[in-house]
Amino acid sequence: MRHVVKRALTGIVAGVFATTAMATIAAADVESTDPIKLTLHDWSGQLINTQIMGAILEEPGYNVKYVQADYIAQFAGLKTGDLTLAMEIWATTGQEALDEATATGKVVNAGETGLQAIEEWWYPLYMKEKCPGLPDWQALKACAGEFASAETAPKGRYVGGPVTWGGFDDERVEALGLDFEVVHAGTDAALFAELESAYQRKAPVILWVYVPHWAPAKYDGEFVEFPAYSAECYADPSVGVNPDMAYDCGKPRGPIWKAAWAGMADKWPGAYKAVQAYTLTNEEMSAMVGDVDLDGKSVEDVVDAWMDANETRWKGWIAH
Amino acid sequence: MRALSSRPLWVFGALLALTWVLARHGAGWVGAEGWLGDGGLEWAIKYPTAWVIPLKDYVSAAMKWLVEEAHFGLFTFTEFTRAISWAIEQPYELVRALLAEGFMDGPGRRAKQVFPPFSWLTITACVVALGHYARDWVLAAIVGLAFLYLALFGQWESAMITLASVIIAVPIGVVGGLSLGILAYRHPMFDRILKPVLDLMQTIPIFAYLVPILFMFGFGPVSALVATVIYAMPPMVRITTMALKAVSPEIKDFGVMTGCTRAQMTWRILVPSALPSLMVGVNQVIMLSLNMVIIASMIGAGGLGFDVLSALRRLDIGGGFEAGIAIVILAIAVDRLSQAFSERSGHVKPDVPGARWPARHPRATAVLLVMIAAFILGRFLPFFQTYPEEWWLTTGDFWDNSVKYLNINFYDEFEAVKLFFLNYFMLPLKRFFLGIPWPWACLMVVALGYHFGGWRLAAMNAVMTIFIVTTGMWEKAMVTVYLCGSAVVIASAIGIPLGVLAGTNARAGSAIGVVIDTLQTLPSFVYLIPVVMLFRIGDFTAMVAIVAYALVPSVRYAAHGIRSVSPELVEAGVVAGCTRWQLLTRIRLPLALPEVLLGLNQTIMLALSMLVITALVGTRDLGQEVYIALTKADTGRGLVAGFSIAFIAIIADRIILASARSARVRYGLEEAAHG
Repeated sequence: MRHVVKRALTGIVAGVFATTAMATIAAADVESTDPIKLTLHDWSGQLINTQIMGAILEEPGYNVKYVQADYIAQFAGLKTGDLTLAMEIWATTGQEALDEATATGKVVNAGETGLQAIEEWWYPLYMKEKCPGLPDWQALKACAGEFASAETAPKGRYVGGPVTWGGFDDERVEALGLDFEVVHAGTDAALFAELESAYQRKAPVILWVYVPHWAPAKYDGEFVEFPAYSAECYADPSVGVNPDMAYDCGKPRGPIWKAAWAGMADKWPGAYKAVQAYTLTNEEMSAMVGDVDLDGKSVEDVVDAWMDANETRWKGWIAH
Repeated sequence: MRALSSRPLWVFGALLALTWVLARHGAGWVGAEGWLGDGGLEWAIKYPTAWVIPLKDYVSAAMKWLVEEAHFGLFTFTEFTRAISWAIEQPYELVRALLAEGFMDGPGRRAKQVFPPFSWLTITACVVALGHYARDWVLAAIVGLAFLYLALFGQWESAMITLASVIIAVPIGVVGGLSLGILAYRHPMFDRILKPVLDLMQTIPIFAYLVPILFMFGFGPVSALVATVIYAMPPMVRITTMALKAVSPEIKDFGVMTGCTRAQMTWRILVPSALPSLMVGVNQVIMLSLNMVIIASMIGAGGLGFDVLSALRRLDIGGGFEAGIAIVILAIAVDRLSQAFSERSGHVKPDVPGARWPARHPRATAVLLVMIAAFILGRFLPFFQTYPEEWWLTTGDFWDNSVKYLNINFYDEFEAVKLFFLNYFMLPLKRFFLGIPWPWACLMVVALGYHFGGWRLAAMNAVMTIFIVTTGMWEKAMVTVYLCGSAVVIASAIGIPLGVLAGTNARAGSAIGVVIDTLQTLPSFVYLIPVVMLFRIGDFTAMVAIVAYALVPSVRYAAHGIRSVSPELVEAGVVAGCTRWQLLTRIRLPLALPEVLLGLNQTIMLALSMLVITALVGTRDLGQEVYIALTKADTGRGLVAGFSIAFIAIIADRIILASARSARVRYGLEEAAHG
């Protein structure tokens, strides 16, 4: 009798803990079944990127877990191993934090995602009629007034990104002698709310836009062409258009990096190799972001579609 | 207000004028250097960076030590906090699986559900039964409809995740609050230590302590739960202490006479007799937990808060509104239920003896039947398990189009209003506050403290202002004071008349009540983005958002103050032949003044707590400092700025409470001895 009860109890316990048990069986051929924790942020591109990576890692049987985390705050978790992998660290906004983290030796740069970030001043196409010299930056000198608002007139109004993004727009305006006032948005959402509002009214607007992002797909517009960025232009006042000041050029463009906890390569060597091999292109990403943000498809569906269409590609990444 | 300052009215006037002159000419706000600058006293306008104490670096270093090195002998500090984290995570995962996700088998994307979560029908039946149990069929219908709304509008799964975190956070908050409250009641010394801690817990913006919490409890929903509990617990502590003190002495004497032990006294006598008040505290914990969902979702709580954030991130205003309204609906349902329970506590119907279990528990039986039926039918017909996606309703387009319509057709009007306020109200105020030399401002704050609260308040004010100045936060603090100050003025100008209207006219009162409830529970982030679209980025937008949120208490307290004026006095006025206007201005308003002042106090508190949210629009104040610290994971910077905000709040709070007390004394509502 006691035997029966005991067996029943074991059965119940086994049922409750089926999750762990099954994971162990399914993943007998991977180095560790501990969850690999991928961070999720709040923009669709990153969600897609991360979930494709997660889906690929699940194929050979790795246990993948997604964790919501802040873009910069996540480095604290990556250092301790609380988090394993961050799929989008933009050279344009996160380089400083990434360098600081890799310098501690607890975080490693797992290579490029293949995506190239562009960040620059951007205007809707209808502004070209009011300011015909665009996209050349020299045109902004003459028609700053076209971009003015009641609060900034006669100066033009440029909406910059959150202060934490850096970007040196205040310095750029001064160095290039542009008659603009820089207004900093607090978040990405506020930034694009300005664009949406102005675009609905066909009102003047010029602001910080970055790609890959859904905005250039939704609104017709162009980036301003500033003198090309160089490290010397930022560091050395004598280089560039203005001999007396630094920052007299455009913003740097750069790759989007993958960052991982340093222990990942030892604990899941196969997974780490797949992460290093993984790349996408800007075109692929823009199309997928558009599917999600503009056509209202779910991230899961878009990820599934990519996985089906690119089977040979990702099989190559995990075959190492 | 005359009563507050009748004696030294001219002193106040003269000091204000002097401050104005100093700000106007000393700092030279028209652009030219003022005479303070000329006289080599620039340091009085702009606190020199060389004098700043690098407190934030010390705090960050201490935090680093705590997380990486601190040791209790057997285990490290981090192991300790992670153990707590684990203990909270287990029940949370269970509730979340039961309500929203089901039990999964296998890793990640290819996981199969081994056991489904409760069906939407089961949970709806359950809340209907609870509603009927707590009060009557009307309440049952209200909460039932609320949950149906969540299913019909496709918010079910997110709402259940949010509900799961509330179900875990609330008991922790209540038990913690109750124990701290009882301790404070028993030991006056502990009470005295606890009070300032509670003040800080309520006034330091959550963003300021999110980073240390992430370090200690790890990334994920548990940190969000911990932050929620810290934010939601203080009212429970205060209400517990207050309610226990208010238990009538006869009841206590009865306990003593029957020879109760201390534990019996607490749990058999005091807590049960204070139960109705304690339930008010529980209700507060629930509402504050729901207030936290947006911020909690930023660090991994998921649910409705995350839906709001991600919808607004892609400018899907309609989607944001829908998720936001779902939060309001959930809050209303949970609030009404818990209120009904608090009123019900104490009335226990005796069991019918001898009857069988189903007959004695008809509601539980019904819920069980629905659960079994839904489970079995749900195996074959998905409808009974999950409300089908094809049948979801949406109002998203309506919201999108409304904002678009307003934007296209009324933008010029909005712009004109904005410019009027900016030029004639906000900018002059900003110049004034930024122009005041800090030594003079410190002096004034200390003098105000002395006038209203004696040397003790003066000393406290001195310490707090010196903290703000020496940590290099002065300028940002003044921007904060200006932004909140102008928002509070406008919120009071709108809120107090509305409150008076609500207090004197029952029908207007109930209409205003609905608006106020919605404003309080609708996450401010939902209307922040449309406000940006209509007013663009800038201080005015921030102010509009602050006003919308901080309006609530000024309406509530004014209405409450007007309603609680004793009817005899109003009657006396009527007999004496007062007109309605005279009744209002001579009797009701003066007697409601202390309440109105308390409302003002709460308005200031809420305005300050909104600062971190408006930082998302792009302000340049302490809120922005906290937000930057959060995104840079800089513990010290966030806490120092957070403490500065808390100190501004506490200074304002103490001065207003002290002046409210002196108003009550003057009107004979309170004995002077208290002051």
